[in-house]
Amino acid sequence: MSTTMLSLRGLTRRFGGLTAVDAIDLDLAKGELISIIGPNGAGKTTLFNLVTGLDLPDAGTVRFEGQDITGLSPERLAAEGIARTFQLGRVFGNLSVMDNVLIGAHTRLRAVKPAVPLIGPLLELGLALLRPASVKAEEERLREEVKVILARFGERLLPRIDQPAYSLSYANRRRVEIARALALRPRLLLLDEPTAGMNPTETTEMQGLVAELKAEGLTILLIEHKLEMVMRLSDRVIVMDEGKKIAEGPGEQVRGDPKVIEAYLGHGLTTKQESAA
Amino acid sequence: MSSWLDYTINGLIVGNVYALVAVGLALIFGVSRLINFAQGSIYLVGAYIGWVAVVQLHTPLPLTIIVVAVAAALVGLIIERFGLRPLQNSVRIAPLLATIGISFVLDQLVMLTFSPNPRALPSQLPDIRFQIGGGTIGPLDLLIAGVGLTSALLLFVFLRYSKLGWAVRATAQDRDAAMQMGVDVNRVNQAVFGIAAALGGVSGLLVGMYYNQIDTAMSLQATLKGVVAEVVGGAGNVPGAVIGSLLLGLVESYGVAVFGTSYRNLFAFLLLVVVLVLRPNGLFASARQAPPEPLTGTFIAPSRPVRIPRWALLIATAVFAILPLLPVSFYVLQTLINAWLLGMLALSLTLVAGTIGQVSLGHAALLAIGAYTSALLSLTFAVPVGLAIIGGGLMSAALGTALISPSFRLRGHYVSIATLAIGEIVSLVILNWESVTRGPIGISGIPPLSLFGYELVSPISIYWFSFIVMVVLALLQGRLLGSHLGRSFRAIRDDDIAARAYGLSLNRYKSLAFIFGGFAAGVSGGIAAHLYSYINHETFNTQQSILALTVVILGGLGNVVGAILGAVALVGLPEVFRIAAEYRILIYGIVLLLLVRFRPQGLLGTM
Repeated sequence: MSTTMLSLRGLTRRFGGLTAVDAIDLDLAKGELISIIGPNGAGKTTLFNLVTGLDLPDAGTVRFEGQDITGLSPERLAAEGIARTFQLGRVFGNLSVMDNVLIGAHTRLRAVKPAVPLIGPLLELGLALLRPASVKAEEERLREEVKVILARFGERLLPRIDQPAYSLSYANRRRVEIARALALRPRLLLLDEPTAGMNPTETTEMQGLVAELKAEGLTILLIEHKLEMVMRLSDRVIVMDEGKKIAEGPGEQVRGDPKVIEAYLGHGLTTKQESAA
Repeated sequence: MSSWLDYTINGLIVGNVYALVAVGLALIFGVSRLINFAQGSIYLVGAYIGWVAVVQLHTPLPLTIIVVAVAAALVGLIIERFGLRPLQNSVRIAPLLATIGISFVLDQLVMLTFSPNPRALPSQLPDIRFQIGGGTIGPLDLLIAGVGLTSALLLFVFLRYSKLGWAVRATAQDRDAAMQMGVDVNRVNQAVFGIAAALGGVSGLLVGMYYNQIDTAMSLQATLKGVVAEVVGGAGNVPGAVIGSLLLGLVESYGVAVFGTSYRNLFAFLLLVVVLVLRPNGLFASARQAPPEPLTGTFIAPSRPVRIPRWALLIATAVFAILPLLPVSFYVLQTLINAWLLGMLALSLTLVAGTIGQVSLGHAALLAIGAYTSALLSLTFAVPVGLAIIGGGLMSAALGTALISPSFRLRGHYVSIATLAIGEIVSLVILNWESVTRGPIGISGIPPLSLFGYELVSPISIYWFSFIVMVVLALLQGRLLGSHLGRSFRAIRDDDIAARAYGLSLNRYKSLAFIFGGFAAGVSGGIAAHLYSYINHETFNTQQSILALTVVILGGLGNVVGAILGAVALVGLPEVFRIAAEYRILIYGIVLLLLVRFRPQGLLGTM
């Protein structure tokens, strides 16, 4: 019996008259990879925002390792070990690749961020200015670790380690985002269309990396449009349309589901095809 | 009882005047997501054109109003065409800074043309009062109400029934979609700026007549009041701006009734801060609306900072350190002392505005807090001056951060509004809190600089003292930027949503930035207090805040060396060229405009 990492119950978010996420239930076991697919505007990214605390649900609960985390701030959730990437790419444009990824390790800073109530922030300021040996060592260790993470992307990022992120190609920015997420040492990783805008070679590379992460035991929630990648990687697939979960199950099974085909091809189209046949 | 009716009428009339300014701001914000800081300057121009028309040309009232409206509209069109349209595709901060620069230039041009002395602007209406219930109302009140209502009606008809009005509304809803549907966005902008300027100009004329006096200080006040009314009503919401204006007029009028005239502005700014904190999208917006400005990532111009080799910095430092030993005049030393003091302020602002992206327009308030604290510590409690200055820095760090903290959840242009208002609040509190600050009299007889019991009175010793303090602050700031805090600050500036998703608490890091920056500014203010020996609530004013911002942009946002270079350049160059004092502000405004247009990353680049 595997343990449940993430569990959503009746998660709902409305924008005015539109229900972007409509009573979604989901259970993600430790080490499992679930893909969420569905047409644009189905509510996939809103669901990610609800899980990571960037948006608040109107109803429903989010549980992470059994603990109710509904409505916690994104800062808290990052500290709990939830990392995500963003659909449109949110790298820190003026920061170098190294600094971008170091921000990912922010929640793991210990020496420079003593957990002292009230005066903690002032101590942090003081330690950052004085930089005793322990702080220097921590920074050095993290920098080495960043290089190891960047090495996972072959020669894509390492030669550009000191370049500002705004100067990178679109695909490289997505890689920086993933590297940043990995630097958090996440227990749950949410990837929002990691291959958007990538060519077939780059997509295959990314697919290989996600497969590696899964093999290492990382629990992953993936939003992806490229179905081949979804089919290869996912333990289970969830299909969303207009905020609702319309299908769930192993990839092959979901693929043949008429409701899914209808959602992708457009409503009414399938019935026309049937009558034509 | 009767007086209450009077105060209500007065509040509504003043509110009507604010509405003319605020509606223009709302229209502009609607179509271009920009808070036009030059709106008050157009109002000022309107008042002075009205003065020329009435006093010199003796135009009848209807003609005066038309002349002012047309002339102001022209100014608005010029601003749009030459000041803002070239910036359409630049970073979000650029148009905001441009309107600040334009406002400086316009105000100074008016001041140079008409002198800063107040002038009487006679009302062209008979001076009679009608009894209404227990209160009275004059023809001018009726005129203002009439102009307000007529403008609102005309605007409504324009927006609802004319084709251009439709285009304006379409652009306000979705600029990109409107463009794709063939709406000429430039024409929409022109129309909006023209209308906003006409309304603003007429408003200035009416206010001048209402108080029977105009002066150049009107500009900033009008901008502030219009912005308050607009934000209270919800940025970009035209009917909201009208209601916000009336509300502001009433709040001020009743506030004055209860507490006295000197509290008028305090109420306006407190209202603003309360609204910004509780309902940043205005009173009429739904509480959970998405933030109106998704400007993360593109707020600051991306650039590669110019790398200055360490030896060059060391040589420059050494040259400035031994400068007093060379045969230079006291005048040069005096100028550089001013540059070092401004440099400390710029270090503070470049951290806050550049590194963490909170473009503060009220930074002089931190100088004031430091100056008053240091002055009072040394005068009242006989604290040695050196310690008193450090006390001033600490007080500025603590109090400044506490005061600014309500704005931590705001973004982009809203931060600028909030800091501007908080700066004004500080100055008003200093003015009104007489038991501590001695109110309008100011503090005189502040002891001169001294260190370990030795008085520093010679220009050379003052030069060294301020230079060393500035270098130490700069070194500390450089060290800060090289630490994890530097990258955390910059990450928050570049994308606060991604930063939060990676565990960076905005409150914590914005506080730390303001604590560090507040200290530097407070120390600068403290030293200034002991140099000037006299300070009052106007010693540290908005002009200094804007000057500091110009310095920071000149040097490159977030750039430590740039801040000092900018300070030396902006203090030194006018001296080198012997530019008369009254032209300097004009030049600062022009420098700001040129920078925004041609080199938004500054001389040494954004860090």
